Amino acid sequence: MATAANAAGHGAGKKGSHDPHDAPPVLKVYDPPKELEREPLVLNNRSLGWITDTIAGICEKPMPKWWWPAFIVSVGGMGMMFSLVAYLISTGVGVWGLNQPADWAWDITNFVFWIGIGHAGTLISAVLFLLRQKWRTSINRAAEAMTLFAVACAGIFPVVHTGRVWFALYPGFLFPVPNANGIWPQFRSPLLWDVFAVSTYGTVSLLFWYVGLIPDLATLRDRSKSLLRKLGYGFFALGWTNSNRHWSNYEKAYLIFAGLSTPLVLSVHSIVSFDFAVSQVPGWHTTIFPPYFVAGAIFSGFGMVLTLLIPLRALFSLHDIITTRHIELMCKVILATGSIVGYAYGMEFFIAWYGGSPYELYAFKNRAFGPYWWAYWSMITCNVISPHLFWSRTLRTSPVFVWFVSIVVNIGMWFERFVIIVTSLHRDYLPSSWGYFTPSWVDVFTFVGSFGLFMTLFLLFIRFLPVIAISEVKAVTPQADPHHPLGGATGHH
Amino acid sequence: MSSSVSRPHGLLAEFETPADVMNAAIRCRDAGFTKWDVYTPFPIHGMDDAMGVKKSQVGWFTFVGGVTGFTTGMTMIWFMNKFDYPLVVGGKPLFTPLYAFPVSYELTILLGAFATLFGMLFLNRLPKFYNPLLKVERFKRASDDRFFVCIEATDPKYASEATRQFLADECHAAAIEYVEE
Repeated sequence: MATAANAAGHGAGKKGSHDPHDAPPVLKVYDPPKELEREPLVLNNRSLGWITDTIAGICEKPMPKWWWPAFIVSVGGMGMMFSLVAYLISTGVGVWGLNQPADWAWDITNFVFWIGIGHAGTLISAVLFLLRQKWRTSINRAAEAMTLFAVACAGIFPVVHTGRVWFALYPGFLFPVPNANGIWPQFRSPLLWDVFAVSTYGTVSLLFWYVGLIPDLATLRDRSKSLLRKLGYGFFALGWTNSNRHWSNYEKAYLIFAGLSTPLVLSVHSIVSFDFAVSQVPGWHTTIFPPYFVAGAIFSGFGMVLTLLIPLRALFSLHDIITTRHIELMCKVILATGSIVGYAYGMEFFIAWYGGSPYELYAFKNRAFGPYWWAYWSMITCNVISPHLFWSRTLRTSPVFVWFVSIVVNIGMWFERFVIIVTSLHRDYLPSSWGYFTPSWVDVFTFVGSFGLFMTLFLLFIRFLPVIAISEVKAVTPQADPHHPLGGATGHH
Repeated sequence: MSSSVSRPHGLLAEFETPADVMNAAIRCRDAGFTKWDVYTPFPIHGMDDAMGVKKSQVGWFTFVGGVTGFTTGMTMIWFMNKFDYPLVVGGKPLFTPLYAFPVSYELTILLGAFATLFGMLFLNRLPKFYNPLLKVERFKRASDDRFFVCIEATDPKYASEATRQFLADECHAAAIEYVEE
C-alpha cells in the first residue's frame, strides 16, 4: 500500500508536515492532456469547511426576503387544493368535468404526471450512484426531496377520484382487508398492483432519503447554537459520530438501497402503465407502454429538477457546487430520454397501422387529427421538438434558457398523459357513446393547488434541511482523497 | 455513571488531512489495537483496509427481508384470492404466480429496504444518544473538516502515557486530547 510506504518514509518528520526528501519519485506521473481533463465537481478548489458552511449555512441563517411571500402563496395554493378536495368529497365526483365515456380525465392525468416527476429523484440517487456518476452528489438531496413531495401530490388524486374515499381507505379496496361481505381485494387487477407500487415507492424513497440525511443531520447537530436545534437535529441524527466502523455499514446499506431502488423505480412507472396497457382500450393496449412511460417519467422528472435547482442555485449562490457542468449533464439526460419518448410516439403510430386493428388505427388518427388535436400537437411540440434544442452547447449552458425549456418539458409531459387518457376514452366503439371532456373549474384549481402543496413542502425542506448532501459532496473533492496532494498525500506513489 | 470519579473513555487524536489519518489508522492496526475507531466527515476510500475492518454484513439483513417480502406477497395473494374466498373474475385463474408477481416484487423491495435500514442501525448500535465523544468541543469538527482517531481505554493494549506517546510520535497527531467517560 502506497500510504504505508509514505508513513514509513516520514517517520522522523513533524506532525502534519511532509519532508520532500523522504523518497525519490520512482515513476513520473504526467498530467492528462488538457482536452481530456474533466472540470472539477466543486469549482474554485473550495475547502471542506467551506462546503459545510455554505450548505449548512442556508438552513441556519434566516431565510432570504423572498421566502415568506413564496411560502404564503404556496400555502394558499395548498389550502385551495384541500378545500376543493373537501368540496369534492362532500358533494361527489360530479363537481369534476369527467363523465361517460371519459371516466378518467384530469385526476389520473395529474396522478401520472406527479408520479413521473418523482422518477428523476430516484434515478439520480440510485441509478447514477450504481453507475458511479459522481456529479450526482450535488443534486441528489434536492432531487430526492422533490421525489417525495411529488409522490405526496400524486397520492392524493387516485384516492379522491374514488368519490366515496372512506370505502377506498377503510375497509377498503386499497388495502388488503376484506370488505363487509368478506371478499378480499382481487390481485388480478393492475390497479391494485399500482397501490403497492406507489406506496412502496413513496416509503422506500423516504427511507433512502433519510439514510442519506443521517450524517448531514449530525453536522447540523454539531453546529447548532440553540438547544431546540440541537435536540431536533440530534434526535434524527440518532447519535451518529462519523465513525469509520459505522461508515462501513452505512456505505454498504447505501449501496443496497441504490440496488433496491433501481429495479423499484423501473417497476413503478411500468406498473402505472399497466393500468392502461393491461386493459383492452384501443390506444392503451400496447406493449410499448412500460419502457415508454419510464423514459417519459425520467424526462419530466429532470425537467422538474432543473425547474427547481436553477433558481435555487442562483438565489443561494451555489454556483461552485451546482456547476454549469451539472446543468449540462442534466440537459443531456433530457435529450436522451426525450429522444426515447419521441421514438415511442412514432412507434405507437407505426404499430397502430402495422398491427392491422382498425380500432387501434382509428384511436391514433383521432389522437392526432380528432377534436383533441390541439393537445396532441402541444405534446409533440413540447416533448419531441424542445429537447432537441439541447444539441446546442450554447443553449444548454445558458441557465435561463434551460429553465425555460424545463418548464416546457413539464407542460408537454402533462399533455402526454392527458392525450393518452382522454383521447383513448372519449370515443368508445359506438358513435352513440362518443363525448368530449371539458374540465370544470374544480378540476383546474385542484391541479393548480397541488403545486401549492409541492412548493410548500419544498420550501420547508429548504428552510430546515441541507439542500445538498454535505458529506457526499465532500467525498468527491480532491481534498477528500488520501492519494491526492490536496488530501495530504506526499505524492510519491 | 453515578460515581464522582471520572472514568477514562480514551485518547482522541486529531489529524488535518485524510492521508494523515489513514497513515495513523495503518499504524494503529499494525500496533494491534482492537478498541479504536477513526472518525471522518465522509467515508474515505480504503479506510476499511487501513483499519482492518471486515466486510459489512448488512447484505444478510436485506436478503432475509427481501425473501420475507416475496414470500409474504405470494402467500397473501394465494390465501386471499384462492384459499379464503375464491371468486372468479374475468375468467382468470384463481391463483398464478404471474399476476401475483408485481405485488410480491414490490413487497420484496419494501421489506428488503426496511431490513437494510434497521440492519445497518443494529450493526452500528444506533440510535445511541449518549456518547462521550460528543461532549468534546474539538470533536464537533469530525462532521466538518477534521479527522480523528480514538483509542479507547477498554483496549487491552491501552496505557495512558504510552498510547499518547504512540499517537504523537508514530501517528503524528496534530493534537491529542484525553476523553472522560
